[in-house]
Amino acid sequence: MGAAAADVPSQKAFGWAARDSSGILSPFHFSRRATGEQDVTFKVLYCGICHSDLHFIKNEWGNAYYPCIPGHEIIGVVTEVGSKVQSFKVGDKIGVGCIVDSCRCCDSCAEDLENYCPKTIFNYLSTYPDGTPAYGGYSDIMVIDQRYGIRIPENMSLDAIALLLCAGITVYSPLKYYGLDKPGLHIGVVGLGGLGHMAVKFAKAFGAKVTVISTSPNKKEEAITRLGADSFLVSRHTQQLQAAVGTMDGIIDTVSAIHALLPLINLLKTHGKLVMVGAPDKPLELPISPLLFGRKIVGGSGIGGIKETQEMVDFAAKHGIKADIEVIPMDYVNTAMDRLLKVDVKYRFVIDIANTLKAA
Amino acid sequence: MAKSAVEEHEHTQKAFGFAATDSSGFLSPFHFFRRENGAEDVTIQIKYCGVCHSDLHCVKNEWGFTRYPIVPGHEIVGEVTKVGNNVEKFKVGECVGVGVMVGSCGMCELCGQDLENYCSDMVFTYNARDKDGSRTYGGYSDMIVVNQRFVVNIPDNLPPDAAAPLLCAGITVYSPMKYYGMAMSGKHLGVSGLGGLGHIAIKFGKAFGLKVTVISTSPQKEDEAVNKLGADCFLVSTDAAKMKAAMGTMDFIIDTISVVHNLAPLLDLLRANGKLITVGLPEKPLELSVFPLVLGRKMVGGSYIGGMKEAQEMLDFCGKHNITADIELIKMDYINTAFERLAKSDVRYRFVIDVANSISACKM
Repeated sequence: MGAAAADVPSQKAFGWAARDSSGILSPFHFSRRATGEQDVTFKVLYCGICHSDLHFIKNEWGNAYYPCIPGHEIIGVVTEVGSKVQSFKVGDKIGVGCIVDSCRCCDSCAEDLENYCPKTIFNYLSTYPDGTPAYGGYSDIMVIDQRYGIRIPENMSLDAIALLLCAGITVYSPLKYYGLDKPGLHIGVVGLGGLGHMAVKFAKAFGAKVTVISTSPNKKEEAITRLGADSFLVSRHTQQLQAAVGTMDGIIDTVSAIHALLPLINLLKTHGKLVMVGAPDKPLELPISPLLFGRKIVGGSGIGGIKETQEMVDFAAKHGIKADIEVIPMDYVNTAMDRLLKVDVKYRFVIDIANTLKAA
Repeated sequence: MAKSAVEEHEHTQKAFGFAATDSSGFLSPFHFFRRENGAEDVTIQIKYCGVCHSDLHCVKNEWGFTRYPIVPGHEIVGEVTKVGNNVEKFKVGECVGVGVMVGSCGMCELCGQDLENYCSDMVFTYNARDKDGSRTYGGYSDMIVVNQRFVVNIPDNLPPDAAAPLLCAGITVYSPMKYYGMAMSGKHLGVSGLGGLGHIAIKFGKAFGLKVTVISTSPQKEDEAVNKLGADCFLVSTDAAKMKAAMGTMDFIIDTISVVHNLAPLLDLLRANGKLITVGLPEKPLELSVFPLVLGRKMVGGSYIGGMKEAQEMLDFCGKHNITADIELIKMDYINTAFERLAKSDVRYRFVIDVANSISACKM
């Protein structure tokens, strides 16, 4: 595995990092490893702001290291390739998501499920075996083993597809794995933020009828008119929920706050599947009798493997799926984080790295 | 002794059984009536009836929907004494079984898929309202009349007393093992809880070619789990070190525990993409940590008995592999003591009532 260890040749890099758990980001000079024989070096063009970035820089999961550079929804253009690289050439567009390396020899890696490898290296959150921290995409360049780079088809709007690398795969993978990608199914999407709006778009592209379930009645108009959802349920409106009991084949639950699972399980048909892609930080109540008497499941899913991420990007290209975003300059990032905390964005910020990240 | 029931729907076949008349759950002799054998029906002289933990919950009204008097029992094995004109599958003299259901709507999508157990109009063998509006009475009785769809054949080579628990406990673990893809030789199955359900899950697991680890709070059960039932390993769930060493090693877990318990240690035992299937019914919701589900793409699923076609498939599988329950055969009038012992899990692993040989002696 590559690592920017002290005795490995390196190249200069520049980004914005958090110095402490206030999460305030500021300019930061550092280095990345030089381009190894399996490596691709690329100039970062865009990086999406994922809610995980915010959790991490504020050390909400207790595993932050400082200084830390977040960002795992990265689109760039290749500037250098190693001697053994065949997947990319200089000038190609490349995407990088959450995973920058894995053990490559366990069952999960062998099945192209690097996201479930016990030794996954995430492009932030992780440290390499030599102790070097991994730095994410709020930076000017990145170096990645070719195995973990995603080819970006031509004619995609590069800013709007950055989100596919995390939010996109996070909803695409469970729709496929749990068999919720068949035309004609009725899929519920709980929560209409970064993940939720992508779930609506992918589910519609799979031919599903889509119902958005949200606490915010004011999101109904955009859910239906802008995102293409077929219907909208306000989750506090018990009569609406009651009328929809037993109507859904699957539900993608993107909500990370503590919330009740029973009303969602009740929305499922017999054999229905509730899939959690948000991760509340405290346990939820799981009623057992509706699972038993309806043979229903509650399952989880976390991002996706590299092969599946590529498949998802190709699918998105074919179906014209891209995220709804607000492009911001690098120096707006702290304000963006404040707004993200208040869910004041439709539906994700994307940093225009190439045009606005300037080394001091 | 309870009075004879006045049958509001003019059932005319006399029957005799044991019923509870209040939430003490105490069972006593009870005379009642069953319907005449209709064109689709099979009348069965009951030989044996398993004592399921659900029977105990129901007689004590622990689930809140018991109507008294209640005659429990839904692990019934007996001999056919009459068949209706439209019955072709069964003949007089055959050994047959009846499980948890005696009816369903027969018309919905689920019934069409042989999933009568998930039909919204499914009729329970006891404590339910049948299609003609009458109350259903279960197998702690001398005879029963059942629609042929809800009767199964017991393979000849299976001892009928030890086969009785298969009608509920057996199908309850067989169905999810098939549905959730556990019948895959070489995979690793955990069985949480070693009682009526758990001990049969071990036997099915071994027959499917799985490595089986029992997870139990009772260390004294290890010897028979491994040496008698054939489990490969035994984990005491309170042994933190052993539980930690076993983390991420299981492909599936069948969780048979019917009281509130902690799911997190069980989820930790699963490897990525693992499935924890719960077949027990705790009295309150459980706590679910979502992070392990997300990080490992794990799932928690439920399952409830099985459809009739699958129940027959399960019995045929048992016939082929000589699988029956480990039982303690009791007389009918021992039932109240049996319930007390069952409440303390003092049985290896199911009581079965020797109905035919003991119920007549209780008539007064």
